[in-house]
Amino acid sequence: MSVRHAILALLSEGPKYGLQLQKEFEASTGEVWPLNIGQVYTTLGRLERDGLVASDEPENDGPQKGFHITEAGSVELSSWLNTPPDMTAPPRDELVIKVLSALRVPGVSVHDVIQVHRRYLVELMQQWTRLKEDEADFDLTFALVVDAELFRLDSVVRWLDTADGRLKRAAAEPPSPAAPPRLARRLVVRR
Amino acid sequence: MSFLELRLVSKSYGLGAAQVHAIKDVNLFVERGSLVAVMGPSGSGKSTLLTIAGSLEEPSSGEVCIDGVSLQAMSRNDKARLRRRSIGYVFQEFNLLAGLTALENVALPLELDGQPAKVAQRAALAALEGLGLADRARHFPDELSGGERQRVAIARAVVGERHLLLADEPSGALDSTNGEAVMRMILTACKRGVAAVVVTHDAQLASWADRVVFLRDGRVVDQTVPPPSLEALLEESSGPGPRR
Repeated sequence: MSVRHAILALLSEGPKYGLQLQKEFEASTGEVWPLNIGQVYTTLGRLERDGLVASDEPENDGPQKGFHITEAGSVELSSWLNTPPDMTAPPRDELVIKVLSALRVPGVSVHDVIQVHRRYLVELMQQWTRLKEDEADFDLTFALVVDAELFRLDSVVRWLDTADGRLKRAAAEPPSPAAPPRLARRLVVRR
Repeated sequence: MSFLELRLVSKSYGLGAAQVHAIKDVNLFVERGSLVAVMGPSGSGKSTLLTIAGSLEEPSSGEVCIDGVSLQAMSRNDKARLRRRSIGYVFQEFNLLAGLTALENVALPLELDGQPAKVAQRAALAALEGLGLADRARHFPDELSGGERQRVAIARAVVGERHLLLADEPSGALDSTNGEAVMRMILTACKRGVAAVVVTHDAQLASWADRVVFLRDGRVVDQTVPPPSLEALLEESSGPGPRR
């Protein structure tokens, strides 16, 4: 989550104070990501240092100090919005590592391990879905954030389901000893 | 007492070495007004479980009770009457009759149960209105979109005084927005006191349920615990996460 760029996006609407930015950041993320005021001012300080924002009253250090986006800031914001996040290398995912590890531990059923995590994820999804039940109390930004979270969790459940099925098939049909060696592949894993 | 009760229900096909257990020793209890999702991969026995719960198929062993009455003790005619009056089914393929309008499709189970056509059509129109489909009542299934067809199928499943709704992959090939609309309709029926069972492999659909039961190789292997209240969620809202 780039707080830096989210603040630039809020300033693209017009000049704002630090406290106002904190409140608008939380509202714009459906109040799902809390942001403390210290982090807002630290980020503003760095943006100002980099010439991406400027303060309206440089001599005023109080809470009413206003900031506006600079031309360089607008260029940076536009570039960030249109640059896809780095998804080329798989992340070092703890759940993937747990399932891979379960395969090697004697006496552990990998299917049971998968089920523990599947149930936990579905319970989390139930919590998020409950927030959608009352449509009247469901604003647009919050709806987008809830959908994003549900799809993220859903993709993990789907991976677990696929892994479960793949392991079951592999157990039923062990590879023949004459099978050629697997093609070794190296994947660069993101930290 | 649960409205739907399955006790140690098993179903097997074939004999001897060729015998296949579709479901084995399944216990399932569904209260009035609650929605239970049964999740599992293809071939885990979900659809068999649903057809047995809906009296469309006999279990090999075990007992199924609906509203406290054992299906074993019922004659074929009694079971047929129970299906017409109390149980609504929603299938992945909608199963609407192509030669009937939306209204006639919804009214059909009531008319088959002996209600006069006018009474049945009035109830059917009310069910369609409840699902926002009154203006599509005179259209035939092939004049409706996939989402509309599934809403008609749900109207048919809840029309009259149905107490049990059984749905097999009810969002079928619908997109996620229409899938969500389908689950909202099923929840609305539950709020009126209907007991509902939805079988699905889709975690997003299952997450609408009060309880999710996991089926693997014909057995219930796990189930979710009831989700915490919103108040409990608010209290633990220190980090990222739902906190409304």
